[in-house]
Amino acid sequence: MSKTVELPRWIDVGALPLLNLLLALVVSGLVVLAIGENPVEVVEILLYGAFGYEEAWGYTLYYTTNFIFTGLAFAVAFHCGLFNIGAEGQAYVGGLGVTLAALYLDFLPFPIMLVVAMFAAMIFGAAWAYIPAYLQARRGSHVVITTIMFNFIASSLMVYLLVNVLRPEGSMTPESEQIAEHLRLPFIHDIAGALGIEMASSPLNLSFVYAIVISVMVWLFIWHTRWGYAIRTVGANAVAATYAGLEPGRFIIIAMMISGALSSFMALNEVMGVQHRLLIDFTAGYGFVGIAVALMGRNHPFGIFLAALLFGMLYQGGAELSFEIPTISNDMVVVIQGLVILFTGAMEHMFRPRVTKIYTAWRLRQDAGEAA
Amino acid sequence: MDTFQLIILLLDATLRTSTPLILAALAGMFSERSGTINLALEGMMLGGAFSAAAVAFYVGSPWVGLLAAIATTIALSLLHGFACITHKGNQVVSGMAINILMSGLTALVGIALFAQGGKTPALDKGSRFQPITFPGADAVKDVPVVGPIYSELLSGHNILVYVAFIAAPAAWWVMYRTRFGLRLRAVGENPGAVDTAGIGVVAMRYRAVICSGVLVGMSGAYLSTAQGASFLQDMTAGKGYIALAAMVFGKWRPFPALAACLLFGFLDAAATRLQGVVLPGIGEVPVQLVQALPYILTVILLAGFIGRAIPPKALGRAYVKER
Repeated sequence: MSKTVELPRWIDVGALPLLNLLLALVVSGLVVLAIGENPVEVVEILLYGAFGYEEAWGYTLYYTTNFIFTGLAFAVAFHCGLFNIGAEGQAYVGGLGVTLAALYLDFLPFPIMLVVAMFAAMIFGAAWAYIPAYLQARRGSHVVITTIMFNFIASSLMVYLLVNVLRPEGSMTPESEQIAEHLRLPFIHDIAGALGIEMASSPLNLSFVYAIVISVMVWLFIWHTRWGYAIRTVGANAVAATYAGLEPGRFIIIAMMISGALSSFMALNEVMGVQHRLLIDFTAGYGFVGIAVALMGRNHPFGIFLAALLFGMLYQGGAELSFEIPTISNDMVVVIQGLVILFTGAMEHMFRPRVTKIYTAWRLRQDAGEAA
Repeated sequence: MDTFQLIILLLDATLRTSTPLILAALAGMFSERSGTINLALEGMMLGGAFSAAAVAFYVGSPWVGLLAAIATTIALSLLHGFACITHKGNQVVSGMAINILMSGLTALVGIALFAQGGKTPALDKGSRFQPITFPGADAVKDVPVVGPIYSELLSGHNILVYVAFIAAPAAWWVMYRTRFGLRLRAVGENPGAVDTAGIGVVAMRYRAVICSGVLVGMSGAYLSTAQGASFLQDMTAGKGYIALAAMVFGKWRPFPALAACLLFGFLDAAATRLQGVVLPGIGEVPVQLVQALPYILTVILLAGFIGRAIPPKALGRAYVKER
């Protein structure tokens, strides 16, 4: 076997993912060309739509908030070697928790409600993740299949509840009652306004700040706590973990429940922050975007933030795009999302052998140069 | 309407709703028995449905549409194989990527080609698969019991329905009675042994995903050119995942999978008829519960409460020849 040099960190976590991302974007550009539009123009509109004016920033960061939560959710389970495809269902059920708390405990003052709603979301989301987690840990049923099934079960359950239970009397639309005004998360533009700063109104609300705080907490948890270490150990090698005295099943359940709780925080942004009521399918596929975000961000909270920002930009810019170019709908963003998952996730190893070869050759030549 | 006729109608609808499930579940089985997880059934079905409807519209023949669907799904299978078999990428991630990609791409191309909001134009009679009436179906229609069974239930479906029901025993024969099937099952259980015997694991797995592509392509074409008359955005509506559930429920075997598809198809057909019906003693059955039943049953099975579903041993693992 020929001699190879181990890749340095900047190539491993920086250059290689960027190369894959670039390929995904190039292929997306080809798709745009294929349907007869100009990719350069599309990029211009996307960027303008995402950052070109003040309001756009707010929308971009509002989407980013959702993606941070679902990305972190996927990442925590992934560190334990699990694929949690169920963020969509967990967030949906988490939304039920938030809504129930806000509707039935509406006498609480806002600061207390904030904490209560957070816990309600966490408990509901974690509980929904608990069943697949338990089945994986104790009965060996594969978590990928069960979480997919649980997305559909959650969807049916919520439709039932919205149509038969939560729908206010006399209303035809299957959605819950509005939550009381004083219990809604304040918009950032309102906070800024109170501080005397003029800001364009957008759906960006307090939960964005919360997402940043949670990101730091997840980072601390995964890399600086015993449980985090145990989760990573189980994920890296469950057999070795058993020899080290860790019980894999226990940490599988813990990781999945944290993952479910993180997904459910998305409901804080959507239900408590923006929609102010429980809607059918309010999760709108954000749970699946979390997979792309986590894979692109290499399951690190900082990487996830950057990837979430990229997808926030794509979502907001994509809305602008469908407005400007009628042949390009929001589906373009879905295509880009699929390609990003394909190239940065499924085909992440495609360039590695070649890059390793080139890097090795370069290093060997350098070493030879130094020796001479 | 008497009970007998009601049952005939319900079973008739079951055959129609379970056909795409059977084809897709068998597709999943070929791929998974060879060791490659196939979560991409949903996306491939969607791709097949779109190609079939679009090509059938331009050419005016459902057969050419079917070929286009199969070509599309084989291409997608090869993409899945390229990521998972050649580059040893993660099979779950690749499947999800294809699902998301196709959900966007079919709508995008649909709008670019036809400008009807993601739909394809409605197909006329000649570009769709038409019902086949069995000989003498009209003559025996009024014979009690046997008449309705022959003329309503068995006769009067399009060719793809019959193909699906022949596909199950055919898949069984290929899987358990041919050398190809033996090797296919072997690479899914113990690829190392197959490799030692001098058979290429990679080539075997590629052949398996191609088989998978052919079957799921038919299932897609069925949705848009046989059952329906055009492609609609996200028209699969989770059928790929139900097929996946049926395959798991059938323990990765052709006949149990066929039975699971019939059961899930029956639940689907029953759900539409149960809407708002009050059953004596039970009260009104929530339609959502009936719709969720396939998923709930699959989870219960996976949990080991109804027998044990044991997946192929090497499922999800790329084969590494030597270190």
